[in-house]
Amino acid sequence: MIVAIDMGGTNIDGVIVEEGRIIKTIKRPTDRSNLFNTIYFTLKELLENQDKSKITRINLSTTVSTNAIVEDKITPVGMIIQPGPGLPYENLACGRENAFISGYIDHRGNVVEKMDTAEIVAIGDRFVAAGIEACGVVTKFSTRNPQHETMIRDLLGDRFATITLGHTMSGKLNFPRRVYTAYLNSAVHSSFYNFATNIKKSLEEEGVAVPIYILKADGGTMSLEAAQEKPVETILSGPAASFMGIRALLPTDEDAVLLDIGGTTTDIFFLADGVPLFQPLGIKIREYKTLVRAIYSVSMGLGGDSSIDLIDNKIKIGPERKGKPYAYGGPKATPTDAMMVLGLLEAEAGVKARAEEALDVIGKVLNLNTIETATLILDTMGEMIKSKLQGLLEEINSQPVYTIKELLYGKKLEPKLINIIGGPAKILAPILEKKLGLPCNYPSNYLVANAIGAALARPTMEISMHVDTSKKILSVPELELYERVKSSFSLSDAKERALNLIHEHAQKTGMPWDVEAEIIEETSFNMVRGFYSSGKDIRVKAQIRPGLIQELRSDENA
Amino acid sequence: MKMLKAKNKLGLVFFPAFDWRISPSHPEREERLLYTQDQLSEEGIEDIEGIKFYNPSLAEERDIERVHFCVPDVKSRVTESHLISAGGVIKSLEMVMTKQVDKAFALTRPPGHHAQRVVYGDRGFCIINVEAVAIEKIRQKYGKLRVAIVDTDCHHGDGTEDIYWNDKDTLVISFHQDGRTLYPGTGFINEMGGPGGYGYNVNIPLPPGTGEEGFLYVLDNLVMPILEDYKPDLIINSAGQDNHYTDPLTSMNFTAQGYAQLNERLNPDLAVLEGGYSIEGALPYVNLGIILAMAGLDYTKVKEPDYNKEKLRQSRDITDYIKKTTDTVYRQWQMKDDLYIRNIRGRDYIQENKRIYYDTDGIMENQVRRFKVCNKCTGVNTIDSSNDRGRHILAITIPRDACSSCLDEGYRLYKTTSHRYTNVYLQDRVNDQYLIKE
Repeated sequence: MIVAIDMGGTNIDGVIVEEGRIIKTIKRPTDRSNLFNTIYFTLKELLENQDKSKITRINLSTTVSTNAIVEDKITPVGMIIQPGPGLPYENLACGRENAFISGYIDHRGNVVEKMDTAEIVAIGDRFVAAGIEACGVVTKFSTRNPQHETMIRDLLGDRFATITLGHTMSGKLNFPRRVYTAYLNSAVHSSFYNFATNIKKSLEEEGVAVPIYILKADGGTMSLEAAQEKPVETILSGPAASFMGIRALLPTDEDAVLLDIGGTTTDIFFLADGVPLFQPLGIKIREYKTLVRAIYSVSMGLGGDSSIDLIDNKIKIGPERKGKPYAYGGPKATPTDAMMVLGLLEAEAGVKARAEEALDVIGKVLNLNTIETATLILDTMGEMIKSKLQGLLEEINSQPVYTIKELLYGKKLEPKLINIIGGPAKILAPILEKKLGLPCNYPSNYLVANAIGAALARPTMEISMHVDTSKKILSVPELELYERVKSSFSLSDAKERALNLIHEHAQKTGMPWDVEAEIIEETSFNMVRGFYSSGKDIRVKAQIRPGLIQELRSDENA
Repeated sequence: MKMLKAKNKLGLVFFPAFDWRISPSHPEREERLLYTQDQLSEEGIEDIEGIKFYNPSLAEERDIERVHFCVPDVKSRVTESHLISAGGVIKSLEMVMTKQVDKAFALTRPPGHHAQRVVYGDRGFCIINVEAVAIEKIRQKYGKLRVAIVDTDCHHGDGTEDIYWNDKDTLVISFHQDGRTLYPGTGFINEMGGPGGYGYNVNIPLPPGTGEEGFLYVLDNLVMPILEDYKPDLIINSAGQDNHYTDPLTSMNFTAQGYAQLNERLNPDLAVLEGGYSIEGALPYVNLGIILAMAGLDYTKVKEPDYNKEKLRQSRDITDYIKKTTDTVYRQWQMKDDLYIRNIRGRDYIQENKRIYYDTDGIMENQVRRFKVCNKCTGVNTIDSSNDRGRHILAITIPRDACSSCLDEGYRLYKTTSHRYTNVYLQDRVNDQYLIKE
């Protein structure tokens, strides 16, 4: 029995799933002033009259870290940044206190200029005096050689609640993003840590002592303990939950578009041969571009309750929601009003009359009757989604590639179907089907799709391996692994090692089923110095892709 | 916290062709742009507002035929990698022309500036002249354009010189290590151009050991004044990076800072990567410097690991020599019309003999080039070329601005050629036609 919670900005949803069957669901408002209580009481209510001994795991998708960042309720962070030569760096000052230090490491991981230990000690003192509680330490090319970052951590000692080292955040190269990711990780550390401790304690008191997993933005989960180390990975897991929900309710292994159409927004996702598309580098939160792996999701300000305006005698829907639909006493006509007028959405006579009144005002200007106006509104909504999708697909299919093979023969994303959830899904499906010429599916029951997604999401991970056989070094920054290898180490050795590392890590973190690790990128370059080969530069990326713990039974689907 | 924003919207066509090489240990191998990519990724270039990466488009056969005479034909000389490299420059130039971006930089390989009009094989790692292919395609679409190509590769851009030898709408300026000390052994001051472009081919041979001071002196005191006179619609930097002090094939002392300053002052619409084979110590920094300079961002913190301004300072002798060369070349530019009257006017044809060595493929070619001196247009011209592999071809070019009699003469030559040629080609740039006879 899996118990799952998805906490959104407005609502918190809970679900219990047992052997592919949805046993219980609840939906409650989120109390933003007390997130812990919101989760705690929802869980409590969900577990009422349930046999707690049957619970195998609890999956939580929370906004604890997201809220801390968005509402600026964060720990004061001191950033130590070693920029080396390159771009101007003053703009990287994201901490309460910031120190740009000397020394640098180049793209091969060579220490070109040593760091100054006295400088670090002085900075540590300065940070303490300024009331800094957490630190972020990031040096350029630290994924290639973390030596300076670890030395700085050791020099800072135990005077800070947490110190995030840049190289542990991601194996990808992107110094500014690494700075922001390490900063945010330290900034939300105490909020998440307290939340995690409390939730664990409270559940134990309830007699529930099962593993707790936290949903990540990549559609996977991580253990509560791992999340306490890297809380930044728990940001923006909401879209990932609904994405996983759509996958669970409407399984496919084709290229597909997934849509979650709500009251205010429409979230758009893509599948390539049934596998989720990821953000190329990582997710953006507030003004911070990060290296947090995330499902590719685009939110457009278009939903059932988006306000409708007439601009130059053209219907404009959204991007704002100015309140309830007009029919329910809101200030503006909305697509929901149009659905009522067309009889696609049931409404009492008085309510429907108000909807007609709203559309009548628009219709008069356009010389249309209310039915025609309503039809035009829904058609416009379909058109907006269509043009957005086309733009996104064009962008996705022109992502830079680096080999002749990929450029000439690389995969292009060509959706074969659209899967939709959300209030207006059923009504918009036939419109989109006609506009895009693709079959559109929607499930009969979508109300807690996101909680179902959170329930069925399984752990994920990604590692980036870099091997330099001329320096005889193998590195996997995400696992903080830096070890010697023989100069004969080959690409196939690297792939084997990467898969083994994932399996080892999976076992260590108690992933309770057969893990399917896969290689997602592999390159090997001959390094030539003078006229002779000096070694190989091998790069391998491996992952456990997001997936479902169990399939929903087919009678749970549409 | 504020995000970096480029002053100039910059399009980058970065295509390292990680699956292409000339041979495993050749300088043009898969590894060449690997560390540049690492540097650009780590610096977060793709996240800077106003800088965007694009994929190359694919050049077509007819784009190649507009510029080159591939022997026996395009298919047997040109690979996908060349069509992509040229396509990268086409894409870059198209983005500039349609104002999708303010400037573009094509970091593609293989390079192209040693590829001449006749192509028997690979020379100086080049088979087709990627810039010329792009320029001529754009000209077909946008009509007459005055283009200035400033070649800052350490090797003389002899391919570009050959292609635009007889074209005054394309000013070619190349500064490079003196041909007496480096491949391809050409690029001297007296190479001024054919009758249709006399004076519009400008060479500045520089002594080994030239550093930041020397390059920037030439730029400020020769290149910029010439460009002010010429008033081009487009400035293209043929941005070879082998003048760098760490380059394994050359003997100059230029730096990433120098390349960045040069691009800031030259202010090109388009830059195209050419040579440059110090793949670890130079390219990551030089490319970064050029990108920042073109985007209008601060590049002053870009430095190589072993950069030492004092050690790289050029000697007094070199400075004096460069000043003298600069004066000579500038005087020649100012006097080009007088020199035309003295050397060209009144003659019906100019005939030149040329020997061309394909170092990469080991082919020797002999050319007899004949340029018609026409007072109505640039004039039809021919290349009678033979190589040591038994080919003997005639290549006829009808220029874009050809008058009706030059056009007729071109077709007459094509029809009446003798049987001693193995192949005859006609490039009719007026009608954008290309004909082959075997």
